[in-house]
Amino acid sequence: MIDLIHTYWLYFLVGQYPNGPLGGLALTVLLAALALLLALPIGLVLGLARVSPFRAIRWPVTALVHVVRGIPLLMVIFWAYFFLPSVTGHQTGQFSTMLMALVVFDGVYLAEIVRAGIRGVPRGQFEAARTLGLGYGRAMQRVILPQALRSMLPSLVNQFVSTIKETSLGYIIGLTEVSFIAAQINTQVFTHATQVYLLLALTYFVLCFGLSRIAHLLERRLARRAPTRVARPSVVVPLANESNA
Amino acid sequence: MPRFDLALLLHGQYHDWLVTGLLVSLKLAAVVFVFALPLAIVIALLRLAPLRALRALGVAYVEGIRNVPLLAHLLFWYFGAPELLPDGVKERLYAGNFEFLAGAIALTLYTAAYMAEDIRSGIRAIPLVQFEAGRALGFGFLATMRRIVLPQALRITVPPLISQTLNLWKDTSIATVIGVAEMMYQAARVESASFRSAEAFAFATAAYLTVSLAITGLAAWYHHRFPVRTV
Repeated sequence: MIDLIHTYWLYFLVGQYPNGPLGGLALTVLLAALALLLALPIGLVLGLARVSPFRAIRWPVTALVHVVRGIPLLMVIFWAYFFLPSVTGHQTGQFSTMLMALVVFDGVYLAEIVRAGIRGVPRGQFEAARTLGLGYGRAMQRVILPQALRSMLPSLVNQFVSTIKETSLGYIIGLTEVSFIAAQINTQVFTHATQVYLLLALTYFVLCFGLSRIAHLLERRLARRAPTRVARPSVVVPLANESNA
Repeated sequence: MPRFDLALLLHGQYHDWLVTGLLVSLKLAAVVFVFALPLAIVIALLRLAPLRALRALGVAYVEGIRNVPLLAHLLFWYFGAPELLPDGVKERLYAGNFEFLAGAIALTLYTAAYMAEDIRSGIRAIPLVQFEAGRALGFGFLATMRRIVLPQALRITVPPLISQTLNLWKDTSIATVIGVAEMMYQAARVESASFRSAEAFAFATAAYLTVSLAITGLAAWYHHRFPVRTV
């Protein structure tokens, strides 16, 4: 296993870069970060539309959310892969295809996080803002969203973890992210499939587990100083005194 | 782009391929569900067990599985794990329908980790005094769980379990990477044989969506029929 790491670590981390396109773990992280970043504004707009008082806005977006959440990400990728070229008029690479699919998919999932965040702010906050003379948009922008976004932070980090896991599907369309590179290494070495794929799993684990720990820390910090949070009903009682894992 | 050809989907060879794919997907989801649920209950109980070592085992399982993408699990079970077996067994495996088996194993282990977390939070929502009363009446740990805590936890646990089943249904699509001939695989096959992308993908999308909406409907019905009782 040491030999394997010694020979292939650079290929595993960055693919053929700098002699070829960037790949490997670096591409995985870059793709996930870019996708989440681009999906944020979409998620915000869709999330606001989901709580909009106007049916004409709320219903189509609700339908869109249900459709996208009802199909696998792979389906979205396939649609993107075969129909982006006919929409844009020129051949799109695997990276932009995967990015588009992830942005759409994540945007919809973020919309639900945004919606839950807005719903989590006590209704009195909105009513108070309106009573003070702020319009709907103003009340959202100045009063509700700042509180909602703060409580969404842990969910956002968790969504980043999900996105990293989702980028592995790039393997199927031949994007040279870390799973694809692992498969390539496997065909080159040929006799150490178990080790190659265990290393791949371990890599994902370190990355995702580390990030989810950060989300957990954020959650605890937010819980400690949450001024507007109303007391939760006390039905949730830990059964065994375990550490918060 | 050529006109959308609905007839292609209603009969003929391509229709048969697609329907076979849908059936394989459903079968895979059903098999995984049947094995994942008991496994999830065991893991959830491990995570709540009175012994620290058992709890650590449960945590290790859940975190270890959930932080690795399903695709890596599938690749491991299909390409990696057989490497550990003797050659004769390996050849027999690959000669048979090993894709389905590997896919089912990976999906079962993966889904069980998520379901275990739902079951655990359902159990934890039951007040501690219920558990203590059971123990005080002379029930053991397992008997208290089975007779007192689990029946109450069921109402709270079923809705998230249903949505986990929805995730399972969508996750079966990823089994296409190791060549399980499920919906996605057949859609891609029809696409490359006929260049009818729109038709093939429309069929697959409709199939996934129909089952997903049915599962969502089930969740809504359950929520309405068995609302959570507040203690």
